[in-house]
Amino acid sequence: MGQTFAEKILGKYAHEKKVVPGQIVTVRPDHLLMHDNTAPIISKITPELKEFGIYDRNLPIIVLDHVIPAASEKNAAQHKQIREFVKLYKIRHFYDVGYGVCHQIVLEKGLALPGMVLLGSDSHTCSYGAVDAFSTGIDRTEAAALLLTGETWLKVPQSIKMTLTGTLQKAVTAKDVILHIIGDVSASGADYCSVEFHGDVRQFSVDDRFTMTNMGVEMGAKNAVFPADTVTTKYLMSIGIPPSKYKSVDPDADATYDREITYALPEIPPVVAAPHGVDNVKPVTEVEGIEIQQCLLGTCTNGRLSDFKVAATILKGKKVHPTVRLLILPASRQVYLDAVKEGVIETLVTAGGTVLPPGCGPCLGAHQGVLAPGERCISTSNRNFKGRMGCVDAEIYLASPATVAASAIHGKITDPRKEMKR
Amino acid sequence: MKVWRYGDDINTDMLFPGKYTYTCSTAEEIKPYLLEDLDPSFAKNVSEGDLIFAGKNFGCGSSREQPVIGLKAVGIAAVVAGSFARIFFRSAINQGLLLIECPEAVNACREGDKVSLDVKNGTIIVGSKSFSFPKLPPEILAIRDAGGLLPYTRVKLQQRKKR
Repeated sequence: MGQTFAEKILGKYAHEKKVVPGQIVTVRPDHLLMHDNTAPIISKITPELKEFGIYDRNLPIIVLDHVIPAASEKNAAQHKQIREFVKLYKIRHFYDVGYGVCHQIVLEKGLALPGMVLLGSDSHTCSYGAVDAFSTGIDRTEAAALLLTGETWLKVPQSIKMTLTGTLQKAVTAKDVILHIIGDVSASGADYCSVEFHGDVRQFSVDDRFTMTNMGVEMGAKNAVFPADTVTTKYLMSIGIPPSKYKSVDPDADATYDREITYALPEIPPVVAAPHGVDNVKPVTEVEGIEIQQCLLGTCTNGRLSDFKVAATILKGKKVHPTVRLLILPASRQVYLDAVKEGVIETLVTAGGTVLPPGCGPCLGAHQGVLAPGERCISTSNRNFKGRMGCVDAEIYLASPATVAASAIHGKITDPRKEMKR
Repeated sequence: MKVWRYGDDINTDMLFPGKYTYTCSTAEEIKPYLLEDLDPSFAKNVSEGDLIFAGKNFGCGSSREQPVIGLKAVGIAAVVAGSFARIFFRSAINQGLLLIECPEAVNACREGDKVSLDVKNGTIIVGSKSFSFPKLPPEILAIRDAGGLLPYTRVKLQQRKKR
């Protein structure tokens, strides 16, 4: 009998011929991702670091992205502490303030490859399934233990097969697809499970796939994955990584799934996740006309060049509504630079957008675009929990870059089909 | 002993707002903001031995561990829920906070019901009814029994060094 992606890859890393859902295995991940939280992580294990050192200087990937540039003396001191740690232990993969959001950096630098296992002290670590890696989030304490030992336990998850069929309608994007799916299965619908995307997936670029796997955790999934195909190979070639550098893990055609769900892509309209849950999903037509004061375009979910291009197509020659702040948050410096070179930033700024430094920015409510009581934001990010953008009495709608751009023009939630010419 | 009752999908922002995640790390720093956006009375009135009863998917969202550290520090004896989100579940093992997945007990619990726990035998008594909950696998219990993941890791490292 065949095996799912999760069973195969965890079996490989546990050095066992076959593993089954529910089984506990010990694995040594290829990488451990940490960000600004590296400071509290290493502070937990000061004496142990002194006595035992770190397991492997190649294991951690450290990216400063959450509160950058430092918003307070406390943040600044943490960043400094991290730089000192990096220097002392000769950490190989370190990306200081300005490189971008950790998840995008892992992708761009080719640190997540097909058939790899990555763990990270950030819930959106599940993103790397976009390139056929098994990746999932852990807490700070577990990251601390991994720094010291290089290993941890994982429970082999049950798997859900999601088959996507047909092609998307005009103005409907990967973001609408993943929001639609989360709305369908609910915020707990994939709890503890591995989600595999199958079917007509060639139409989804690695950028699109990243948007979707990034949000796997929003339905409770342990990981989400697009098995490697020519789209994966081509993307990796474009960043200089030939197929000889990795070995993909493919689920078997006769694998056993806990659930199998099929989604007809042509039936999915542009959607939003309304306050205050990612699974509170509605067609954009149901919420059209709701006034907004802030638009956030970017983040690790939708801050790549392809996302900005969609927004620029809509905003070209237009102006952001005078009652709206449009914040542009590139997922990385590379994205920012590419968008500058292609004139995309010029279009967005001319329309009235404000570009923020590549990082997490206002997504988690710490700085750079915190909302006021009674305000409403439409955002391409991945969470709309109450209080998420720093104010418990504000509202957040999640949507695609197309919907956010169209809404920025009108100052109210707008169906992007009205603004898309193609 | 009080039972604090909450609904489904209680996320980590409700348990500990994201805006504090890069300024508060220690138990003392965390305590005043626990459940701030969900139940402002919690931090002021919670006491040692209290229980939380909640619906499904408790602890969904971020990987931040402040909610777990905070709930442990204020003396929550256990969180009993329909189900837990996985990072929160792991985090609780790592910090030695007892989580009990038992939707039947949550459904049976009424305002004012007396609740008692028998961890060793895996039972929870709500009012006049008794419910059993599944035990963790032995390799996971070993972490919790060591007092959490860091004490467990220290022992492991010491053993390796001796070899």
